[in-house]
Amino acid sequence: MWEQIQANRRRSLVLITAMAVVLIVMGYAAGELIVGPSFGPVGLIVAVAIWAGLMLTYFSAGESLLLHGTNARELRREESPQLFNVVEEMQLAAGLPGLPRVYLIDDPAPNAFAFGRKPEQAAVAVTTGLLYRLNRDELQGVIAHEIGHIKNRDAQFMMLAAVMLGSIALLAEIIWRSMRYGGRARGRARSRGGGQAQLIILVVALIFAVLGPLLAQLLYFACSRKREYLADASGAQFTRYPEGLAAALEKIAQAAAPVSFANKVNAPMFIVNPLAADAETSSIFSTHPPLAQRIRILRSMTGAALADYEQAFRRTVGGTVIGPQSLRAAPAQTIRPPSNTGPILTRQDTRQVAQFRAGYIPITCNCGLQTSVPDNYERAEIRCLRCGSILPVPTAAAPIQPQTANRAPVTLEYHRTNRSGWESFRCACGRTVQLSPAFTAPRIRCNNCGRQIAIT
Amino acid sequence: MIIGIGLAVIIVIALLWVAGAYNGLVRLRNQLENAWAQIDVQLKRRHDLIPNLVETVKGYAAHERQTLEKVIQARNMAVQAKGVAARAEAENILTGTLKSLFAVAEAYPNLKADQTFLRLQEELTSTENKVAFSRQFYNDSVMSFNTRIEVFPTNLIAGLFHFTRREFFEVKAEAERAAPQVQF
Repeated sequence: MWEQIQANRRRSLVLITAMAVVLIVMGYAAGELIVGPSFGPVGLIVAVAIWAGLMLTYFSAGESLLLHGTNARELRREESPQLFNVVEEMQLAAGLPGLPRVYLIDDPAPNAFAFGRKPEQAAVAVTTGLLYRLNRDELQGVIAHEIGHIKNRDAQFMMLAAVMLGSIALLAEIIWRSMRYGGRARGRARSRGGGQAQLIILVVALIFAVLGPLLAQLLYFACSRKREYLADASGAQFTRYPEGLAAALEKIAQAAAPVSFANKVNAPMFIVNPLAADAETSSIFSTHPPLAQRIRILRSMTGAALADYEQAFRRTVGGTVIGPQSLRAAPAQTIRPPSNTGPILTRQDTRQVAQFRAGYIPITCNCGLQTSVPDNYERAEIRCLRCGSILPVPTAAAPIQPQTANRAPVTLEYHRTNRSGWESFRCACGRTVQLSPAFTAPRIRCNNCGRQIAIT
Repeated sequence: MIIGIGLAVIIVIALLWVAGAYNGLVRLRNQLENAWAQIDVQLKRRHDLIPNLVETVKGYAAHERQTLEKVIQARNMAVQAKGVAARAEAENILTGTLKSLFAVAEAYPNLKADQTFLRLQEELTSTENKVAFSRQFYNDSVMSFNTRIEVFPTNLIAGLFHFTRREFFEVKAEAERAAPQVQF
């Protein structure tokens, strides 16, 4: 994606300078309007200071600013080895210089995004809702899409834009408020009969205050739509399996739960727009292309190479997305067969990992109840709310045990004779256990005594 | 005078181009070597995991000796193989025997419920994927490197500084399907 990287570099530069110009004009106007005439230069200096502050913020604290309010927590490898394996597989496929950090966000809405100033220090964040809904192939597709964003330097540009846009919106807000409440300063300016030049500056400033944020947003969203297509193309290229990403997008669309911490500024970073319901057609205000269209392009690919994505795109949407130089450099690829593996984590496991990172120790009772205690809980035992049994509180330092480790050992075995209908047998405690025709698990728990009975 | 300046400009431009082309080739070669190192790391990891897996399976399915022996044999062959083509072939055979081992494990429910086995299976599956993905990246890099050193005008630079073609790390479908013939 040679062109994309070049374009992103150029755009980053344009964005930084454009933001500087907008800020300076707005700062000058703010000085004139709020403080009074001939205070414009002061406002200008303040604006330059703000711009410098912004750049400093971006370079030093951009990430924490971005993650603020998302309850994202960095994961360690032993907490979810499978998720790390998938990320590492995609890192190798993309030839990224280092393994991206992995963040988990405790949110039921399935979504993901990538961020980081440099490909060497990049990171991907996924929600718990995503982890338990997708199977391995689909998760691979989503991670490949995010790694594509990192490789194409989108994550870098997005972060820069998010920081800049956020602050411009803030400044415009300040000007508007002060204009509504600070009528006196304007009155003085008029009575003193300020020259025509001042009036022109005022008008220009007003236009900027109204249109500046809007224009910035439009530019930002337009870039965002194209980069989603490009990341989809890289996702298909890295995994050699476009269906994985297509199926994942479909599942995400079906879930349709809004992400609780998403806002206008960070929306373009997600794999699927976290705010709006998906529209059939794309408008100039949409941050993402319509999902149905993205899925259709991926499903109509005949190979896994960039050229195949380009062809599929031309058939379904028209026009081109991938630059000619990248197309020439990318070799042809065939689609690999699916791997047929299930979800990498169950809903319970994901919740446990998320809770553990949030400072809670998850506890699973043998009766099936899941609960958790804060990691500074002083007592050594806790009573199960449902069945009343006393459970030991694990220490915070102990690694999380998968749910199966807490189960009672298998004490009985029952061999099924009739798989098509209902079946019942007697547990050692005397209770009758029923098996439905839909029951497929390798073991069942007796409701009376808690024994684990292996079903063969 | 003017001719002299013109000549100097042309020489400077030519030198700059040579430097640029040379640096591009070196960058590609480093990327390629890095990709090869990644494959190496993953293959080593796979060789380290296999003895553990065999021990775990032995505990539940000791009489599947033949399959286990085949895996160990294929692993030892893969460890000793030298050169890109020979290693690729040995690794393909190893992949085939591992597949048959996991197929055998399907018949043992207790083995499939064992935590160590599950962990090893996940690690091996993922390592296999990592081998496949790093090979994918390696082959792509080899492809662009080979194209670059054969296309005019960079082939002049490549010839001058002795950049040579690299081998692909191939997967042959028939080699993957055929199990090795091992006599006991």
